[in-house]
Amino acid sequence: MASPQRIPVPLPDDPALHVRAMDNLSFIRQTMERATAFTAVPGWGGVGMGALALAAAAVAHTRLTTVEWLGTWLAASVAALTLGGWTMATKARRAGTTVFSYSGRRFVLSYVPPLLVGALLSAVLVRAGLYQALPGTWLLLYGTGVVTGGAYSVRVVPLMGLCFMALGAVALFAPAAWGNPLMAAGFGLLHIVFGLIIARRYGG
Amino acid sequence: MADSNLAPKGRHDPPTAAPLRGVRGGASPAPLDLDRLIHERMRLAIVSALAVNDSLSFNELKRLLETTDGNLSVHARKLEDADYIVCTKTFDGRVPRTEYRLSSAGRRALERYLAHMEALIRATRDR
Repeated sequence: MASPQRIPVPLPDDPALHVRAMDNLSFIRQTMERATAFTAVPGWGGVGMGALALAAAAVAHTRLTTVEWLGTWLAASVAALTLGGWTMATKARRAGTTVFSYSGRRFVLSYVPPLLVGALLSAVLVRAGLYQALPGTWLLLYGTGVVTGGAYSVRVVPLMGLCFMALGAVALFAPAAWGNPLMAAGFGLLHIVFGLIIARRYGG
Repeated sequence: MADSNLAPKGRHDPPTAAPLRGVRGGASPAPLDLDRLIHERMRLAIVSALAVNDSLSFNELKRLLETTDGNLSVHARKLEDADYIVCTKTFDGRVPRTEYRLSSAGRRALERYLAHMEALIRATRDR
């Protein structure tokens, strides 16, 4: 552990005590920062998920039928979630822990329920023929999962979730044609941007 | 700064954790007032790391604090003996896993320590 810097402040009485107190406080702060920076949320996995979503958006854009559009996004989401789960497990293992550690379990337990709700609501919306409501629902509920799961992770994770939720809110009230571009912006760009931040600052 | 936060509440508080009267009075604070148990660097690091995580495994802590098995377990044991941290041992398949959490007594001790440091700085600045 790097030793914190001493701040040379000349003081009349016992300067050492004052300096040492500052020293101790900055040591605590540094340790806390390093300890919070520990996350199993995979940065490069996020980038990969974003790339998958951009590809899906490009393919879905050319599909004329809603069923093909839906199929493309569903296939992409299954692939992306698999990639995310796998990279998370790899990153956790590299750090000498597992996804099933206490904090990992708690992340999964708060991340998964909104996704399950999203799947159920999607089925209902598809049955009702309300396809235009799907992008907003997906973005909102995925964002909710990231916010709740990320409550126990580094701060950029819940921030990413909030961005997803904002896009989802826009998508719910925007014209249907905006659905695909907003999904590309959310599942594609947000994943890539935040994935890069996590990969660079929080170890992969 | 609320003095009541600094007064020992739990029965686990060690006798070394004294209130800050000496510091507030402007007199040279006796270093003995410090909570020696978490003043030590490795133990302070363990408590600080656990303060921002619900729990950390032995390996996570070891990697985080860049220390050895022996060093970490010695200091963790001292904190455990003082009930500042709680240690749970489980099995992940056949691999034993040790998880540490900060107890409420440990959190109070850290808060007290932080307040003590702040008071030290303030006392010097006000002079």
